[in-house]
Amino acid sequence: MSVSPAPASPSPVAALPVPRRVAAFRTEGFPMLPIAILVTLALLAIFAELIAPHNPEIGSLGQRFKPPAWIAGGSTQHLLGTDHIGRDVMSRLIFGARVSMMVGFMAVIIAGVLGSALGILSGYLGGWVDQVIMRLTDTWLALPALTFAIFLAAIVGPSEWNIVIILGAVYWTRYARVIRGEVLSLKERDFVRLAIVAGCSKWTIMRRHLLPNVANTAIVLATLMLGVVIVSEAALSFLGVGVPPPKPAWGLMLADGKKGLMAGYWWLTVFPGVCIVLMVLAANLLGDWLRVKLDPQLRQL
Amino acid sequence: MSDEPLLELDRLSAHYVTGRGTRVVKAVDEVSLSLRAGETLGVVGESGSGKTTLALAILRLLPTAAQIVSAAMRFDGEDLLAMSPVEMRRIRGKRIAMILQDPMASLNPLFSVGDQVGEPLRVHENASRRSAWERAGALLRSVKIPAAGQRLREYPHQMSGGMRQRIVGAIAISCEPRLLIADEPTTSLDVTIQAQYLKLLRDIQREHGLALIFITHNLGIVARMCDSVAVMYAGRVIESGPVRRIFNSPIHPYTRALIESIPRLGEGPERLTAIDGQPPDLASLPVGCSFQARCPRVMDHCREEAPPAFDIATDHNARCWLARP
Amino acid sequence: MTILLEADKLTKHFALRRGLFRSDPGAVRAVDGVSFSIEAGRTLGVVGESGCGKSTTAKLVLKLEEPTAGEIRFEGRALHTLNADGLRQYRRSVQAVFQDPFASLNPRMRVDSIIAEPLITNEKIDKRQARDRVGKLLDMVGLPARSADLFPHEFSGGQRQRIAIARALALSPKLVVLDEPVSALDVSIRAQILNLLVDLQRDLGLAYLFIAHDLAAVAHMSHTIAVMYLGQLVEYGPAKTVASDPKHPYTQALFSAALPSHPDESRDEIILTGEVPSPVNPPSGCRFHPRCPHVMPRCAPEVPKLRTAFGRETACHLYE
Repeated sequence: MSVSPAPASPSPVAALPVPRRVAAFRTEGFPMLPIAILVTLALLAIFAELIAPHNPEIGSLGQRFKPPAWIAGGSTQHLLGTDHIGRDVMSRLIFGARVSMMVGFMAVIIAGVLGSALGILSGYLGGWVDQVIMRLTDTWLALPALTFAIFLAAIVGPSEWNIVIILGAVYWTRYARVIRGEVLSLKERDFVRLAIVAGCSKWTIMRRHLLPNVANTAIVLATLMLGVVIVSEAALSFLGVGVPPPKPAWGLMLADGKKGLMAGYWWLTVFPGVCIVLMVLAANLLGDWLRVKLDPQLRQL
Repeated sequence: MSDEPLLELDRLSAHYVTGRGTRVVKAVDEVSLSLRAGETLGVVGESGSGKTTLALAILRLLPTAAQIVSAAMRFDGEDLLAMSPVEMRRIRGKRIAMILQDPMASLNPLFSVGDQVGEPLRVHENASRRSAWERAGALLRSVKIPAAGQRLREYPHQMSGGMRQRIVGAIAISCEPRLLIADEPTTSLDVTIQAQYLKLLRDIQREHGLALIFITHNLGIVARMCDSVAVMYAGRVIESGPVRRIFNSPIHPYTRALIESIPRLGEGPERLTAIDGQPPDLASLPVGCSFQARCPRVMDHCREEAPPAFDIATDHNARCWLARP
Repeated sequence: MTILLEADKLTKHFALRRGLFRSDPGAVRAVDGVSFSIEAGRTLGVVGESGCGKSTTAKLVLKLEEPTAGEIRFEGRALHTLNADGLRQYRRSVQAVFQDPFASLNPRMRVDSIIAEPLITNEKIDKRQARDRVGKLLDMVGLPARSADLFPHEFSGGQRQRIAIARALALSPKLVVLDEPVSALDVSIRAQILNLLVDLQRDLGLAYLFIAHDLAAVAHMSHTIAVMYLGQLVEYGPAKTVASDPKHPYTQALFSAALPSHPDESRDEIILTGEVPSPVNPPSGCRFHPRCPHVMPRCAPEVPKLRTAFGRETACHLYE
């Protein structure tokens, strides 16, 4: 082979070929706070039985409406007070984290998988498939999400799994739209054309070329949707069609605590509210950071 | 036309310091150039050579992260580095103008052509809207845009690439600058449109006595348009001189390889002379001459010490140990 | 010389969407009645400016688009008559290298997967065989073996183009469509890649359809040149003949506009007036007549036919 004598070596690569995703986490701006919050909440959720001081579902009526420990009348037995049935607020918050995270993550995964799949099919296949899926998306999006969720919940009855499925079914449309947009531009890229020229089938192209390249967008969207889903779950529970009592869920705690607000039992709403805010905030901050971190690199490529 | 250089750069450097002071990218390093009124200088280089950074440095348009250091940077006798932001603003667009590569990016899609061509006149000469509009029409005619009056009211997206580039040219010459810096203005144009445009630039230059700095990666443009040429590599000018001299007797191996790697119309050898390797990473330049990894005539000394610019003849110098007398 | 691929009055019109108030939406006549042939082991260079239809022609040859009229015959068989098996055969014989080295490679795949993809899709080979073949291909294009484990973003533009070439060669094709293969590369890298392509042609007997706007590169690489304007062929013949003595006024203008390689290289300056018209509403008769320096009265109403003159074919009333 009589090409130039010294074959060119690849341009300088950092010490080891670190996969791009891992390298991203080593740079500045690492979101300590959101990750810390989410990890803490996850740990609380997983080890709830070990951490929570009391049973979240059973309380003693003699201990009702006890304020948080630092206020007159409170005790260290119930650091964050008790509710109208005498259940320990802190234990309910800890167990509630489990419900919120479980519902949140599972719903996001279901919505993500469904929405991404439909988005890819719609964007790549085009034609009537695209039309059908897009019209479906349009009608779905036109329905007010929460109202629709309530409607579905009222029909199938409240239970944790039902809520997960309902929320997944309601929120897939956001994914489908965004992923379809990306696929539309991806399919004009040369490497997709070359895959066609190499003889790949449509399914292979969708699986091997489109899916990995929309994965980043899907992940970022997922973190942003997490916030929305958790608030929705809280709203559903608040309205009584979410997670059924006595299982503790933050939204449910808000609903129950509402009654005590006028009487001055503020801790029944404030603490669950703070938890919801923290989780949603953490998810959004993480999503924002991921979006910035992952996208410019993709563009660089 | 006086014999004093219109533009004089003496050891101009633009360094970017990044990563909290750990990395220094020497985008432009110790560049010395001079240009007389009415002359055309070609600045040739590939991606990463620093040619665009050089253009921006002259107009002091680099971001604050870039530290410009220069022994002297004089335009028409005045020190550009000593100027305040207000004074620089009065120079940009009025006495030194610039044309960029992508005309669509240079024009604002929301404003009419007439507004944009007249803008420098309103800014620099306090022209009224009406008089700026009329003069804009005359300017469009001078860049050979047909139906100029109608074009004034149109928007950039309604025009072809070649026409947009002419509009950009009209904006550039509107205040009769003395120096025009053109950064790859024809790269996005078709071949015949490029020929039209280059002829237009030559005509404008002759008519207005403009000095022109033509930044390009295309030696063909240099051969057609330029009086003198400076070849850049990894931020440094590695050879400069009158264009015929450079083409006839290039000293630096990079210059020579560049000239020989261009396919020639008509007869040409079967194989083109190729330059091995890749352009260097500006953040990690080797000790010594930055071309050492790709040089067919590299010597041990090249790896130890970077060569200074040696004078070969009047106005012809090269940064190469081969040129050492 | 055996004829590998033949285009016969190839036509591709893209219909424009019907506007609300428009009765006849018209069409973009991207390619209009173009005929050419490519011989085995030889290069056909296609030149032209924006809107001339050369990229669409490439897509038609690659079967990324279907022609509106006319046909393409490969080894004697018309493409539109191919069944699934025939199509698979065709795809194995005809591959492509595109302009943008950054968009041609899936950023998520490693180089060995990228190069091996055509192999895995079309042949039953196991991992080890694929790996071997990838190694040989990398060697053929002058890249080190360890490139196989890296990702595209770890390579420079010229190296990525080599990867793209290796991939195009994976199935040992007979024809490679090169659509502006070096335009996006640095000048000093272009010669490397052009040399590589010439060497590969000689060693593997490849035929090329070489599309570029750099006239000198096309003239250097090609055995035959086709000049396109607004979807039609205006001149077609042996490369040396067309490049050194163009006859069609457009070809003359094109070659005179090509930049010189030396300041003393003089060329008749033929500066065309006007813009390149859009292929939506091409001019009547000879499509070049509004800009032609030698226009005659019959050029507007009458379409010139492609005729042999001075050792090449040209479509111009001057030579009838």
